[in-house]
Amino acid sequence: MEPIYSPLGDRAVRITFGNKLSEETNDIVTQMYDKIESAKLPYISEMVPGYVTLTIYYAQEKARDYHSVIQQLESIVNDSRTTEMERSKTRKLTIPVLYGGEKGPDLGVVAQHSDMSEEEVIQRHESSIYRVYMMGFAPGFPYLGGLDESIATPRRQTPRNFVAAGSVGIAGPQTGVYSIDSPGGWQIIGHTPVKLFNPLQKKPILLRAGDEISFQSVSEQEYKKIIKECEKGNYTHDIEWKEHRGGSL
Amino acid sequence: MISMLRIEEPGLHTTIQDKGRYGYQQFGIVPSGPMDPYAYRMANLLVGNDDGEAAIESTMIGPSLLFLENSVIAVTGANLSPTLDGKKIPMWGSVYVHKGQELRFGKPKHGARAYIALAGGIQSETTLESRSTYTKAKLGGLKGEALGGGDELPGMDIPDTELQNRKGKFLSEDLRPFYQSHHMVRVIPDVQEGYFTKESLQTFYTHSYKISPQSDRMGYRLQGQEIEHKQSAEILSDAVAFGSIQVPSDGNPIVLLADRQTTGGYPKIGTIISHDLWKVAQLLPGQTLSFQRSSVDEGHRWLKYENNLYKKLHMAVHQK
Repeated sequence: MEPIYSPLGDRAVRITFGNKLSEETNDIVTQMYDKIESAKLPYISEMVPGYVTLTIYYAQEKARDYHSVIQQLESIVNDSRTTEMERSKTRKLTIPVLYGGEKGPDLGVVAQHSDMSEEEVIQRHESSIYRVYMMGFAPGFPYLGGLDESIATPRRQTPRNFVAAGSVGIAGPQTGVYSIDSPGGWQIIGHTPVKLFNPLQKKPILLRAGDEISFQSVSEQEYKKIIKECEKGNYTHDIEWKEHRGGSL
Repeated sequence: MISMLRIEEPGLHTTIQDKGRYGYQQFGIVPSGPMDPYAYRMANLLVGNDDGEAAIESTMIGPSLLFLENSVIAVTGANLSPTLDGKKIPMWGSVYVHKGQELRFGKPKHGARAYIALAGGIQSETTLESRSTYTKAKLGGLKGEALGGGDELPGMDIPDTELQNRKGKFLSEDLRPFYQSHHMVRVIPDVQEGYFTKESLQTFYTHSYKISPQSDRMGYRLQGQEIEHKQSAEILSDAVAFGSIQVPSDGNPIVLLADRQTTGGYPKIGTIISHDLWKVAQLLPGQTLSFQRSSVDEGHRWLKYENNLYKKLHMAVHQK
């Protein structure tokens, strides 16, 4: 599909690259983010990647007019279509999780709904590779794709008033990690000691659109050890760099 | 840094806001900032501050503030009947305040949100380069919360000769907005308006919508003629903006405001032009809004007008 340029109010432009959720389209979004970012257009204040869109916020007083903003964006996007895509490698992160028990009170519900043992649910949840399609909803919250369909479970009928940051949950075909304390209706199957959002750190957000993550079951002992390391600030994230998948318009 | 004032009573929802926390939306962190950017900007301008300094935003029921130092303040936005030591003070102008004096608010007369700026700005700690309070993620403000009784706000120690220079500046009457119980705002249509039936779009632009009680800094839920989706009421989530109007499956539009989530999964009918956001911010639950189709060009014309006006006023304020 041809990219569609449309206004989001008078201070942002949305480029829509497709109308169906796919890794290919999401790859294009991340690549275009990089292309536009490296063009350093003086009026762009920030950009937000979506599943199939890229939204570009601009300062009106620094731009000539809407038309010229679109023209410049169009030429960057079109240039990228004829040249080979080059992108920094994809990051792959491993997120440690203490599954079940007090930290994962709904693991039994998911097991029952999926008609398998709790161990099997854990095994399936950690054997997938999840893609961060986009960030949003709350600070540091990743929209993940790639949940094994066999453990998809509907949300709780009554949401909890409090779900702690770090809780790992399942909601229908999605899985995710609560990045801040909040009310929520996801089925909570575990908890990660790693902070997805820490405003006191220089890099306050762990993940970004385009990342790949996987979950790894840890024992209670390891879990406690990681909490201590995080508090002291000497926990090192398990990050692997992969050659980029590539993709073109 | 010195303690400028102490909150004696916090009021209904009183927060520290600066121009906003920009640059982090791609990580899910909303800018926050003032609900009424115009009144906020004018408050800072009147006390001789740089554009974007932190000020106090107060909703409906204002706080009681005890001044611990001499200062110059300006109260703009909603008329919540401000008094200094029991005496009425003028709004939209800079007023000298003596140490020991108490600023209080009374009956809300017009509008919903008042802004209190002080010379030098509030110098609370910044999180992610901003002092704006975002309570949901406990960012900015004092420990990420709305202000409470006993809180003391740090500010700048400004010499008295400078304070004397800064007092007595008033915004001319014709530049002070008039807050009514109904406002019409202009909307830049979104391509996602294709998700709604033609009849519904017609309905949206010809009827009034009431602000529901479930309305806050995050957004206003509207009540009125329901908007019908052609088929699906869900989109693949994407970014939203201050003033975007999304419509969930129940057909009741939601206007997204300062503390909105950064992304949304409901189709957007459009986004209100920046210049008209103050009209929304100053409406109370039970009051009404109507919408008029507009364009990016119109939005830009008004942004230009605002910026030129600000430049002129800035020159006037800083002239000796």
